[in-house]
Amino acid sequence: MMWMFELPPFAPFFIGAIFAAFTRGTLRGAIMMAIPILGAIQLSMIPEGVHLQFAFLDYQLTPFKLDKLSLMFGYVFHIAAFIAIVYSLHVRDTVQQVAAMMYAGSGLGAVFAGDLLTLFVFWEFLAFTSVFLVWARKTERAYAAGMRYLIIQVLSGVILLIGALFYAAENGTLEFGYIGLEGIAGWLIFIAFGIKCAFPIAHNWLTDAYPEATPTGTVFLSAFTTKVAVYALARGYPGTELLVYIGAAMTCFPIFFAVIENDLRRVLAYSLINQVGFMVVGIGIGTALAINGAVSHAFNDVIFKGLLFMSMGAVLHMTGRINGSDLGGLYKTMPKTTILCIVGAASISAFPLFSGFVSKSMVMSAALENGYDWIWLMLLFASAGVFHHAGIKIPYFAFFAHDAKIGASDPPLNMLAAMFIAAFLCIGIGVYPSILYSLLPYDTGYNPYDATHVLAQTQLLFFSALAFVWLNLKGLYPPELRSTNLDFDWIYRRVFPNVLQRMFSAIWEIDARIRRKLLTRLDRSLSFIAQRNEGVSGLLSRTYPVGSMAMWVAIILGVYLFLSFIH
Amino acid sequence: MDNDKKHLFDDPKNIKYVLWFLYVSCALLLVLDFVIHRHVVHDWENLWGFYPLYGFVGCSILVFVATWMRTFLMRSEDYYDNNVAVAADSDKTNINKNEQNTKLGGHDVDV
Repeated sequence: MMWMFELPPFAPFFIGAIFAAFTRGTLRGAIMMAIPILGAIQLSMIPEGVHLQFAFLDYQLTPFKLDKLSLMFGYVFHIAAFIAIVYSLHVRDTVQQVAAMMYAGSGLGAVFAGDLLTLFVFWEFLAFTSVFLVWARKTERAYAAGMRYLIIQVLSGVILLIGALFYAAENGTLEFGYIGLEGIAGWLIFIAFGIKCAFPIAHNWLTDAYPEATPTGTVFLSAFTTKVAVYALARGYPGTELLVYIGAAMTCFPIFFAVIENDLRRVLAYSLINQVGFMVVGIGIGTALAINGAVSHAFNDVIFKGLLFMSMGAVLHMTGRINGSDLGGLYKTMPKTTILCIVGAASISAFPLFSGFVSKSMVMSAALENGYDWIWLMLLFASAGVFHHAGIKIPYFAFFAHDAKIGASDPPLNMLAAMFIAAFLCIGIGVYPSILYSLLPYDTGYNPYDATHVLAQTQLLFFSALAFVWLNLKGLYPPELRSTNLDFDWIYRRVFPNVLQRMFSAIWEIDARIRRKLLTRLDRSLSFIAQRNEGVSGLLSRTYPVGSMAMWVAIILGVYLFLSFIH
Repeated sequence: MDNDKKHLFDDPKNIKYVLWFLYVSCALLLVLDFVIHRHVVHDWENLWGFYPLYGFVGCSILVFVATWMRTFLMRSEDYYDNNVAVAADSDKTNINKNEQNTKLGGHDVDV
């Protein structure tokens, strides 16, 4: 009945990676584009349930298990992979193409993993494959940022592995289901997920590495890693109240950094954390509506954040610049990119009729219905804030603002096509949310388009825009400046190395001082001894007549003779 | 380059139109608060102009706080590029050097 052997969804991508390594040009492009299409078709034909299982040591491993939650992520990963592959068709760098295929496959492997050990394997695969997309930029900064990224990601994986072993010891199974915050295992796995999810304090790998990757690499990066973590939290920790507060913090603090950040792709990285915050809040609330909201927002975010990263990637690709202070006026030379970027901006800002609106409002409603009043206010603030920095700032400083008079043109056709597909989906989902809702894990009969919601959101957004205009006209808006803003990574990029440096130099200093002191002491005592015994009067330098010498020898011999006699 | 070509926003009149469109929309949305009956969950939603006010004030506070954050978070662009190994004892000299080198006028500027 099945037209194809039920291949685990990661397999076609791994096979595709091999093909991508040995083919070039159009053929490679065709193979790479075909894989997500065929993979998605295959996925739509596979029924729910366990499809691959075997025993390993004492445990049942389930590398391929499918249910509504994983299927949702499975679909969006195929869509994201297809869009990003189209976007990067012009790239000739084989390392990047292979890494991208492996990376997308790893994301799929992780969301269809039925046990924690399989999850761990793909968790680390995600890290090791994606880092090449950062390194492929081939700058010194990218190399260092990629290294930091890799260390943190691998650390997350190691914690996951230890957590999984504890979990197996506590529960006698490795099955990946609800985990909860009980016991060491629960906390360890929670921390591992949290690092990949860019929880506050553990978030700088994202803002550090993503903006340093290649223009096409960042599009891949933005889709998979954090969304795998969101999926893992949704499966392991739904209804964990702590997540509500962590998520709310994630929605709010990055927007301050986004407002003053100059690198526009780093602005998007901060807003990525902000959007993931909404999902984390939804998972923390844990009701059917909230989980639906979290999952559908993850779905939409992959597409609209991809679109925004693509538009900024196009700017970087065509102009070689990405700092807000160096850009401006590009709407004249890149009109299509401008319009597509604005669609992405409207979607992330959750304008009615764009995709963000139909998913974010679910999380907001759930927060309000479950009595999280303060959280709701924070989310509302973050909604206004995201419009401010991602909705207005990104398009404004790149395409409008002061004219930087950069000679550029719209990007190659494949880049435009990829952006167009994403923009089409953003509007399509916004206008016909029922397509998205039919895929959701729960049926809640939610309707985003009632007058109350639409009016409230539109008011919020228009008056946020008014605030932007007012601040700009008054000259109160912070100008884009060439700068680095310190964030938590300052601790491990500056303070730790400096403290270590100081500590070691102090140790060397003390060590040197002690050595010096000992040496001078030794020197002094030697010279003291030498002084005491020096000169004609000294013990060692006295002069004796040869006669006395002969006498002493005669005495010794005499004693010797005497001793031999009495023996 | 098509610099000689007139573009949409080269004409200040067009910018004015956009701004007026925004002002009128905002006014209309405020008026709609009277017309549309909303079913609310939270008491504050009943306050007249809650969402508009929240959006406007929220964004202004966001920008003011973010601008203030620059006073102690902003460093020169190549801050992390400086070799850490030499930074230990020469952190102060580095900052002094940066103050002279960058257009920012130092690392503790409030622009």
